[in-house]
Amino acid sequence: MAEHKEARGSLLYLDGVTVSFDGFRALNALSLVLAPGEMRAIIGPNGAGKTTMMDIITGKTKADEGEVYFNGDTDLRTMDEAQIANLGIGRKFQKPTVFESHTVWDNLNLALKKDRRVFSTLFYDPSAEDVARLTEILETIRLADRRDELAAGLSHGQKQWLEIGMLLAQDPKLLLVDEPAAGMTDAETEETAKLLKEIAKTRSVVVVEHDMSFIRDLGVKVTVLAEGSVLAEGSLDQVSANEQVIESYLGR
Amino acid sequence: MSFPQTLFRLPALAALLVLAAVLPLSAQAQDAAAAPRTAAEIVNAIGEASLREIAELVVELAATGEPAAASVLSALEGGDLYADEASQTVVIVRDDVMFDPVSGAEIGPEGDADLSRIRVNNSLRRDIRTVIGELTLMNPDPRTRSTAAASMFRDADPDNVELLNEAIDAEPDAGVKLLMEQARAASLLQSELEPDEYAAAIAVIADRGDREALAILNAQLANVADEQRPALEQGIADIEQNLALWNIGQNVWYGMSLGSVLLLAAIGLAITFGVMGVINMAHGEMVMLGAYATFVVQDIIRTSFPGLFDYSLLIAVPVAFLATGLVGIAIERGIIRWLYGRPLETLLATWGLSLIIQQAVRTIFGPTNKDVGNPSWMTGAFDLGGLSITYSRMWIVVFAIVVFALLLLVLSKTSIGLQMRAVTQNRRMAAAIGIRTPWVDALTFGLGSGIAGIAGVALSQIDNVSPNLGQGYIIDSFMVVVFGGVGNLWGTLVGAMTLGIANKFLEPFAGAVLAKIVILICIILFIQRRPRGLFALKGRAVEQ
Amino acid sequence: MITTALFRALDKKAIWVVSAILLVAILVPLSNLVLPVGHPLRVPNYLVPLLGKYLTYATLALALDLVWGYCGILSLGHGAFFALGGYAMGMYLMRQIGDRGVYANPELPDFMVFLNYDALPWYWLGFDQFWFALIMIALVPGLLAFVFGWFAFRSRVTGVYLSIISQAMTYALLLAFFRNDMGFGGNNGLTDFKDILGVSVQADTTRAGLFAASAVLLAICFILCASIVNSKLGKVMVGVRDAESRMRFLGYRVENVKTFAFTVSGIMAGFAGALYVPQVGIINPGEFSPANSIEVVIWTAVGGRGTLVGPIIGAITVNAGKSWFTGVLPEYWLFALGGLFVFVTMFLPKGIVGTAASGWRALRARSISSSASEGSGVKPDKPQNPASPANMQPEAGE
Repeated sequence: MAEHKEARGSLLYLDGVTVSFDGFRALNALSLVLAPGEMRAIIGPNGAGKTTMMDIITGKTKADEGEVYFNGDTDLRTMDEAQIANLGIGRKFQKPTVFESHTVWDNLNLALKKDRRVFSTLFYDPSAEDVARLTEILETIRLADRRDELAAGLSHGQKQWLEIGMLLAQDPKLLLVDEPAAGMTDAETEETAKLLKEIAKTRSVVVVEHDMSFIRDLGVKVTVLAEGSVLAEGSLDQVSANEQVIESYLGR
Repeated sequence: MSFPQTLFRLPALAALLVLAAVLPLSAQAQDAAAAPRTAAEIVNAIGEASLREIAELVVELAATGEPAAASVLSALEGGDLYADEASQTVVIVRDDVMFDPVSGAEIGPEGDADLSRIRVNNSLRRDIRTVIGELTLMNPDPRTRSTAAASMFRDADPDNVELLNEAIDAEPDAGVKLLMEQARAASLLQSELEPDEYAAAIAVIADRGDREALAILNAQLANVADEQRPALEQGIADIEQNLALWNIGQNVWYGMSLGSVLLLAAIGLAITFGVMGVINMAHGEMVMLGAYATFVVQDIIRTSFPGLFDYSLLIAVPVAFLATGLVGIAIERGIIRWLYGRPLETLLATWGLSLIIQQAVRTIFGPTNKDVGNPSWMTGAFDLGGLSITYSRMWIVVFAIVVFALLLLVLSKTSIGLQMRAVTQNRRMAAAIGIRTPWVDALTFGLGSGIAGIAGVALSQIDNVSPNLGQGYIIDSFMVVVFGGVGNLWGTLVGAMTLGIANKFLEPFAGAVLAKIVILICIILFIQRRPRGLFALKGRAVEQ
Repeated sequence: MITTALFRALDKKAIWVVSAILLVAILVPLSNLVLPVGHPLRVPNYLVPLLGKYLTYATLALALDLVWGYCGILSLGHGAFFALGGYAMGMYLMRQIGDRGVYANPELPDFMVFLNYDALPWYWLGFDQFWFALIMIALVPGLLAFVFGWFAFRSRVTGVYLSIISQAMTYALLLAFFRNDMGFGGNNGLTDFKDILGVSVQADTTRAGLFAASAVLLAICFILCASIVNSKLGKVMVGVRDAESRMRFLGYRVENVKTFAFTVSGIMAGFAGALYVPQVGIINPGEFSPANSIEVVIWTAVGGRGTLVGPIIGAITVNAGKSWFTGVLPEYWLFALGGLFVFVTMFLPKGIVGTAASGWRALRARSISSSASEGSGVKPDKPQNPASPANMQPEAGE
């Protein structure tokens, strides 16, 4: 893979990415650079292209134009979801999607960073190391006493936590988190922010969120999207003072 | 038509009349001059006449303007005219049956009637042929003239050349004139010709470009002179190319006709599957019910109102639409509405339903094919250039297009169509603005089923009406809808026509079954390349 | 590696099921061959091949369940794999007739003599050897399943689209096998078999042997399915069934998982078909008809998809019902079958086994919650089967 000059040194590099659906431009020349280890919050009104941006990065949607590089040298446009996931990009959906007919333990086990090929999984036998790692994650997400219960039986907040646990098990280099605090109580939201900051110590995280207090809790650089492109970038205070941002949020 | 005018346009006949006048007239002829006899009297007089008298009678008969004159004369020339001694009449005998020469009515078997053939000699025969030619080739009715020219093309005879030459000079209609020239060329080919005349004749026939022309040229291959062979072979090649073009046209037509059948069968499915997303495996059975509705309607008409038979299909269309539409609504209310969002379950339940409907029809109507008749306007065929088009296929193509257009109109212009589209695009929003979505669902499904029923009316004309009728169409219909792109009626139209035409073009190479297999495999591969079909909707809405 | 998979497969319940199947494999032939005619416990001669046929159907249903119940792929073309396996066996059996056919041609089967073949088509070569036929029984359906699956799953054809093209696949094969020039006997198929492995297919001992073989095949397939389903791959499959795109974002190659399951399933169906043919004595293109394939789906649904015992019970129950119905009220069988489709999808979506299992669990849960007050603190058991509960919807992907 040819190294891309501008993308060098970045973890994630999007340049001029454009996607349209039936004439509607979901992303319009979007550019974004994320440094290794960086945590970034993305905000924007509905339809600003936040989810589409995540779809582009994770390979669910293909960009019509523009460049998408991971690790400075890996072109993500030619890869599918599974390849991208195996590069070390994890994604948490807005709606918690855990495997409801699996137990909490099996959910984590499926996510555990291991050989994903068919025959390796067919003959997979958990090592003591794997068990220890999963148990540790279970403790972290506070579901140790429910490890053998079906995920369907968990509360909404617990499902969100389980999903975060799955991301931990996946051990990604880059984590994309879509509205992690949606539907959570204030206490849970605070805990979630704490957990994300913990995770961000060892990897890069992109958080899409509506909840301003949550972003304030995170205390990271903020990118504002509107109509498919970047409107402003900077600290939360900077962007909240930006007139264009105010207009795009309130003007609607 | 007035006879004297015709008379003066026909120089040969006039010459013959002069001849007759110059010759010493027989008593009968003198009588004729005094009071014109009827055609029947003239014909009967032939029975006792001498050869010379016959020549006069022939002219006199032609002069009556009697339409049957040409056929009487050709019977005379061909030796089919007999005198019946007992009744002093003249009859035509063909295949041992006697016919009245003038009315053409059958008199009865020849049996042991005392008949004697009326003899003619070669010179008389030539005269008769000339008179016939003038009666037909120069008949005021252009249809008679073109039929005569066509038959002379088929039975080419060098003796006709002169006659044709005269007719061509007199012919006002370009189309008929062309036919005559072709007949002349064919007749010329039967005689010895100069090379340039030969080439000209070949060119005229090659321009005609049909199978008959090809047969005439092919017959020449055996005894053509070497220096003329290239011209002949060129002519044959031209005809073959022309035929190949028409053949392609014919295949396109057959393909369109098959495509229309597919369109009719698939269009209801395009609504239930394409618009509502419901997999209705009983769709074929709705088609079948429509065909049985046609049968029932015809049955009632046959027993109670036989005069209405030609209108039976027109009556059957609304009956079938209502009957199958109601069945569809019942299915939607009874089963499908409980299974929305579970397409695979819907598929299985409707499959079960299709088994029940089939068996019910089998129990009620019996397992054998039902006889659904074709009204008179659905039977027969006509030629269009080199195409042969049957009325039943033509009407089905027309019908499919009309149904398609009406459906488009209903969906785009009526309020129920608007509601249907609203519900399919955003069910919750539609409900929020006060559309009764369950009602719309039921009606949409009823519409799709009703159209399947209408398709059944059409298919009853070209397929066996049996309980298994629908099964033959279900897979093809799904292929059409999936190939064309779900949720797009135009896609269904293009899909149906593409598959129909592709099928008909493959058939000559591969045979009907293999063509179908090839098409199926192509569609399977196509779906795998473009899972959303030819005219796929893009974007987020589809991903959900 | 394989032994661990095997041990995992043979949990307590699986051992019970396998033992029961093997017991049947021994008892039915024994009772038929040893007990005197007229003995009340003797399985009559006509029943042995009939029961054997049910067992091959059960294997077919189990194969379908592996892809439908566990992987969410509703194949409406599994009859094609069954029929291909059957044709491979039929070709072997045709070659065993030798010169005992009507035309007494030592080389060519009767239908080929009738259709003026000069020599065996190349694809009939080798079928006089049983081992070769055995390889083909696995290879042909397996290859078709692999190629079909590879194309379909790689292009992400899912849900009803997959169902419809799988139906089109078997329909295309149906049309193809009807053709005389395919060299498979056309409309009449392959029949009038004489010997299998040197013994007469009609003999009582052969039929008993074929029955036992069918039972053993079912047991092997059950163990194979159990070892897949209970492995991590089995959990991946269920994940694919319930939330396909989520599995992709976890980094699993969904298409490979599906292709694997589909191929294994196709091979199992092929072997089932191979044992079906000598027991019914004929294989013809009708076996490819889409109606047959969809009937397999209803056996599986009746018994309970997503459970391994369900399809076995479903296939045997429905077919026993069919045999009874066609004997007593032949014209009403289609009403009954059609009604069954409607009833099961609307009122019994989990099937007999699934419904019974969840009823049993509910009962257990109640008794546990009543005993919980005594301070036992027992948690509800981890269910044996990962797929039986809650989310039965194979379409749940986004």
